[in-house]
Amino acid sequence: MPHLNMVQAINQALAQEMERDDRVVLLGEDIGKDGGVFRVTEGLWERFGAERVIDTPLSESGIVGTAIGMAAYGLRPVPEIQFLGFAYAALDQIFTHAARIRNRSRGRYSCPMVIRTPYGGGIKAPELHEESSEALFCHMPGIKVVVPSGPYHAKGLLLQALRDPDPVLFLEPTRLYRMIREEVPEGEYTIPLGKARVVREGKQVTVVSWGSMLERVLKAVGPEAEVIDLMTLSPFDAETVLASVRKTGRAVVVQEAPKTGGFGAEIVATIAEEAILYLRGPVLRVAAPDVTMPLPKLIDAYLPTMDHISNAVQEVLRY
Amino acid sequence: MPQEILATFNVRRLSILDPDGNVDEALMPELPDAELRRMYEMMVLLRTYDNRALALQREGRLGTYPPSFGQEAAQIGSAFALKPTDWVFPSFREVGIHLTLGYPIAQLYQYWAGDERGQRGPDHLNIFPFCVSVGTHLPHAVGAALAARYRKDPVAVAVFFGDGATSKGDFHEAFNMAGALNAPVVFVCQNNQWAISIPVREQTAAATLAQKAFGYGFEGIQVDGNDVLAVYRGVKEALDRARDGGGPTFVECLTYRMADHTTADDAARYRPPEEVASWRERDPLLRLERFLARRGLWDEAYRNQVQEQVQQTVDAGVRAMEEIPPPERSDLFTYTAAAPTPRQAAQLEES
Ligand SMILES: Cc1ncc(C[n+]2csc(CCOP(=O)(O)OP(=O)(O)O)c2C)c(N)n1
Ligand SMILES: [Mg+2]
Repeated sequence: MPHLNMVQAINQALAQEMERDDRVVLLGEDIGKDGGVFRVTEGLWERFGAERVIDTPLSESGIVGTAIGMAAYGLRPVPEIQFLGFAYAALDQIFTHAARIRNRSRGRYSCPMVIRTPYGGGIKAPELHEESSEALFCHMPGIKVVVPSGPYHAKGLLLQALRDPDPVLFLEPTRLYRMIREEVPEGEYTIPLGKARVVREGKQVTVVSWGSMLERVLKAVGPEAEVIDLMTLSPFDAETVLASVRKTGRAVVVQEAPKTGGFGAEIVATIAEEAILYLRGPVLRVAAPDVTMPLPKLIDAYLPTMDHISNAVQEVLRY
Repeated sequence: MPQEILATFNVRRLSILDPDGNVDEALMPELPDAELRRMYEMMVLLRTYDNRALALQREGRLGTYPPSFGQEAAQIGSAFALKPTDWVFPSFREVGIHLTLGYPIAQLYQYWAGDERGQRGPDHLNIFPFCVSVGTHLPHAVGAALAARYRKDPVAVAVFFGDGATSKGDFHEAFNMAGALNAPVVFVCQNNQWAISIPVREQTAAATLAQKAFGYGFEGIQVDGNDVLAVYRGVKEALDRARDGGGPTFVECLTYRMADHTTADDAARYRPPEEVASWRERDPLLRLERFLARRGLWDEAYRNQVQEQVQQTVDAGVRAMEEIPPPERSDLFTYTAAAPTPRQAAQLEES
């Protein structure tokens, strides 16, 4: 089986789905001739033509808004936002329209599209290129949020997202793009949305994470920890998390984003509602501080480290 | 070195019918008498529908309602230019389009009564739901137009919006995208000269809205928005050009909002009554009556007959609206997504 990195796995998923389904069209800044600033769409413009791999003006709201119209017409557009920080310019389109058009039209129109965007810190990039604001999108009904943590899952989750009848925000952890290589089957396969996976079984503490933090969690914790990769944040797989917490009686949630109002809070609240009687001690969150994402010189002071993660695990194991 | 002129633009204004009902025969579009009369009937229908909506709102049977009074020509003229296969992206003040294309009156009232199910248009009409967030629907029209072109469908897309919408970022992003990608889309502005209390001269420093299109590489034209024939001709030429691969056009219909912004507004607070009165003389419906009378297509008997028919149509719409049972609580959940999440499914069970 070929060893691919995440960039190659995502490229392969896009190519295979474009081959299979002529409704799939890509649009975004520099995605055509240039193959995307991270080369994720490399070769697709040559292979599928400028009608299906559309180089657009620099226009985030316009890109997502145009994709909404395409989706309503019956295509399955895949708008790329060059970095998540620039999706802020498209929040209005995502929240006001993509997430609501099925409801507003009472099912007459829908918005099957996958907004792909690199996200997360640690790539030595300028301001707004390293945001991890996934929680914003998880609060909005009507749009799914998916975060792969490696090449194998990126391909399977993306193929599933491309077949979803509703809009999906597909967040690609930029730090992992070329860091991890995995065996990735050449053929098509899908991984269901809304399902978490137990990456490593353990008996004493549940550690929940997603995206680029998972890589750190796996290095930071020992065999006592059961590690869960959420994969889909919205809707998230509460059952898998709760089943694990009922078994271990302890939980730590690890997110890259600032603590307050982050997605980790939703997991902790769910555990409190549904499994508090199984807990031996407090549920802890490992998260970035509630500050503006810094530039690279201070990134190590910002992102949760392996030490933060293992300390939190040791702390809950005291109970 | 002498300075060069790199580009110059001319903004055309099209008007065919003057306020007295005289027509410029050279510009008169080819429309059979029956179509001219149907235009008139639709304008009367819109005005009657509109007045009834105001009455229903006062009685508490509708919620906040944005009237179309004064804009009948701009709406009906545009609607007549559309082919049944074209796609329409309305704002919230163009029910004249809906009425002309055959959208059920009961559903329009149902929507304004606060029932989302009114937005589910008949499957044979390609009308997008109303867009309440001003100006944010323009990019959708560009996307649908690009999709139609990709599918090689002989379809053009028309998107309607007000003068206020031209200040929104999405107006500019959509115009730019449409120009750059040569999308088969027609942008139709109902410039009723007011965005709630802000007059158009405070909305922009530009002398016309039409000229904004030139900055994006395509033509903008102003038409007399109270002249149903000019609106029809301007929009139709633009739609034909779009269908023929000629790219986007911007049609600014210069009209006037004769009513309050909505039933929740009191326009007397911010605009002089003389201004409103001066536009009454340019009433688009009167103008068409005068024109039809000169052609021998209109007299009082015909007017009474149209008014009676339209009244019956609107009455039937109101009755049908009031017979619709209220939505179920489960209706909250049905269309959030194709399938409910586990949590939504559980919330549906609670109550
Ligand atoms: C994005 C947005 N901002 C503000 C409002 C509140 N609002 C509703 S209509 C309106 C004025 C719109 O003016 P215009 O575009 O000229 O359309 P008109 O009402 O004249 O038909 C405003 C400010 C809104 N609906 N959407
Ligand atoms: Mg206006």
